[in-house]
Amino acid sequence: MPVAGLPATTAAPALSREHLLLLYRWMVTIRAIDEKMLMMQRQGRIAFFGPSAGQEAAIVGSGSVARKGDWIFPALREGGILLMRGFPIARYFGQMFGNVLDTQKGRQMPMHFSSGEHKFVSLSSPIATQLPQAVGAAWASKIRREDVVTFGYIGDGGTSENDFHSAMNFAAVGKVPCLIICQNNQWAISVPFSSQTASDGVAIKAAAYGMPGIRVDGNDVLACYQATQAAFERARAGHGPTLIELVTYRRGGHSSSDDPTRYRDESKVPPWLLVDPISRFRDWLVAGRHLTDASDAAMRAEIKNTIDDAVKEAEPAATVAVDTLFTDVYGSPPATLLAQRAEVIGDGSGKAEGAFPL
Amino acid sequence: MHERRRPRRPKSPRAPGRTTKPAARVEKPAQNEQISPKKAISERSLQKGRPPSQKTKDALTSTPAAPPGILQGPATPNPVTTTAPAPAELVAPKFPTSGPVTMVQSLVRTLHESMSADPRIVVLGEDIAKNGGVFRVTEGLFDAFGETRVIDTPLNESGIIGVAIGMAMNGLRPIAEIQFADFVYPGFDQIVSELSKMRYRSGGEFTCPVIVRMPYGGGIRGGGYHSQSPEAYFVHTAGLHVYVPSTPTDARGLLRAALAGDDPVMFLEPKRNYRTIKEELPENDGAYLPPGVARTVVEGTQCTVIAWGAMVQIASEAAALANDKGMSVEVIDLRTLVPMDVDSILASVRKTGRAVIVHEAPRTCGVGAEIAALIADGAIESLEAPILRVTGFDTPFPYALEHVYLPNADRVLAAVDKAIHF
Repeated sequence: MPVAGLPATTAAPALSREHLLLLYRWMVTIRAIDEKMLMMQRQGRIAFFGPSAGQEAAIVGSGSVARKGDWIFPALREGGILLMRGFPIARYFGQMFGNVLDTQKGRQMPMHFSSGEHKFVSLSSPIATQLPQAVGAAWASKIRREDVVTFGYIGDGGTSENDFHSAMNFAAVGKVPCLIICQNNQWAISVPFSSQTASDGVAIKAAAYGMPGIRVDGNDVLACYQATQAAFERARAGHGPTLIELVTYRRGGHSSSDDPTRYRDESKVPPWLLVDPISRFRDWLVAGRHLTDASDAAMRAEIKNTIDDAVKEAEPAATVAVDTLFTDVYGSPPATLLAQRAEVIGDGSGKAEGAFPL
Repeated sequence: MHERRRPRRPKSPRAPGRTTKPAARVEKPAQNEQISPKKAISERSLQKGRPPSQKTKDALTSTPAAPPGILQGPATPNPVTTTAPAPAELVAPKFPTSGPVTMVQSLVRTLHESMSADPRIVVLGEDIAKNGGVFRVTEGLFDAFGETRVIDTPLNESGIIGVAIGMAMNGLRPIAEIQFADFVYPGFDQIVSELSKMRYRSGGEFTCPVIVRMPYGGGIRGGGYHSQSPEAYFVHTAGLHVYVPSTPTDARGLLRAALAGDDPVMFLEPKRNYRTIKEELPENDGAYLPPGVARTVVEGTQCTVIAWGAMVQIASEAAALANDKGMSVEVIDLRTLVPMDVDSILASVRKTGRAVIVHEAPRTCGVGAEIAALIADGAIESLEAPILRVTGFDTPFPYALEHVYLPNADRVLAAVDKAIHF
């Protein structure tokens, strides 16, 4: 049954050609970054990488709904949304290298992007902790009567965490303008979705909390866009949160640190789930005469050049200053911490020696 | 689910009574759209590799109005109307505005004044709205500021703190109440992994000035789960300020300090002192107590006793007993554990040559251990005796034997005597 404000349609959303091609461009960009970064990780140039391959439709389709002032509380695989919000790509790679281009001053391992300007909240590795925070940010928007919607992301494994429950419950009780978006990619590192929950999917869990849940073909970028857009408008209109399950498939490993052939057999995966969302959208665009082989190839070449140039800019950037070990811990740091800082860098003039050689 | 105990009567923090659960309200759940996966997938995957229908084609070629998403870039302005919450219609506060007050009354008054002055402040927690908190620290705030700013949350500490973090990141000044410090652990991950580290890990771009208030400590016959002193966990976690007022005046000054700063503050309230000390409060001049400045409660020359929270009173009683026996004891109330006034500790120990540290929490890796190390590091040349600790024991907090577990004036006196006659 349709819920007020949520779509009951199967028609493709009415988007302009430019918009469709932008969606496609970001999907291709995210895949190209994946390929480049995985290679660089194998070469030892970055420490870690978490690929998004297979999930580009879910990422781009949902994330592109957010406006400039909306909040994003990401999980591991939504870094592409930060780029879509206008974050400089060289700084994105700066995060991977942990150098001065990183907004976080090299304090987090790769993939943990953050930008205050873009309202993209620093990812933390503990799972699902970002969701109650997303609900809190949305709650503040409601109290302050702002037209701002918060997007809280989570994976299927994250739905087992206590904080998923906390967030769902607070969001529904507070009726806050928050979208809780689950990229169900079927795998939490090596544990399949069936071992994560006995529930028939994630979306159904919304019912018990008293909010709508929608299950979407997460390999269909237009479906992801359409469902997210509808939930987004519902939130803006003051009708509260929606749980959106984007059913997709993690084509690669969890990260550069694991080998999925150890724990999964893809011959048992239903073929529709293995469809590459990029080639699927590409076929659709070509059939609709929005894209040709030639324009596609030109776009991909341009993207590759952009990425290569950005890596060339980001990789040699300077390492972060030693002083940043001690800054931003507190607004008002205690004297005990300042004494530890002096132990390392002396008086901070840049000339004085600390207590041991660096 | 853990058992909740609350004071039978708000007037006395003595024995907590049993919780009476309100009858569950059954409400009609919201309508829910559940698209079965099969249906959703089969319908939506029709788009895969197939030419769009004529209808879709028409839609695509007609170039509809620009969607509002960020793909349109920064040219699309965000129609934000930032407005402060509606000003509260003030009702007569339910607390004494003159005469000596208890710590609870001091906190109520300070919260009321602060919320009146700053519309960004919201309070949230369990039973804090109509009920005014199980210890009545938020009494009257709901009537004065309404449900928008005085929020009864679901019973979930991780949610309370996580939501407070998000609120603070988005411009509010949330004050979260954890009903008893013993119940903070479900929210521990949000405190240790998130609240404390957000500023650092985001390069200083996101801050969360959240105040987490919690009654802590023993002496009210609360048993194992209404009596604990978890301050060491928070002191050990970089990024948190930790305040432990011992008097009504300090509670006021430190709460204001917490609101004036932009660090997250763990605000531990010694519940056995909630109603035992009455003081005349200073005027509402907005002044706050600078964190990291200890108070010398009793001056003395032969031994320094360092305490905080409810143990300040115990230490002071011990100092009086020592005085009767001809020993001169100096008592220092640290007031805040992060930042810690190490200079005052060292200055006192250099004067007396002896140090006894008193806390309720278990001894091993308690804050006393850190203070002992700081004294050894900074004043070893002045020491006439070993640094001693009078603390709770390395056991869970007991019920029937609470009086044995908790430091009392006699135990402190024995340690002082040992130090002075070493």
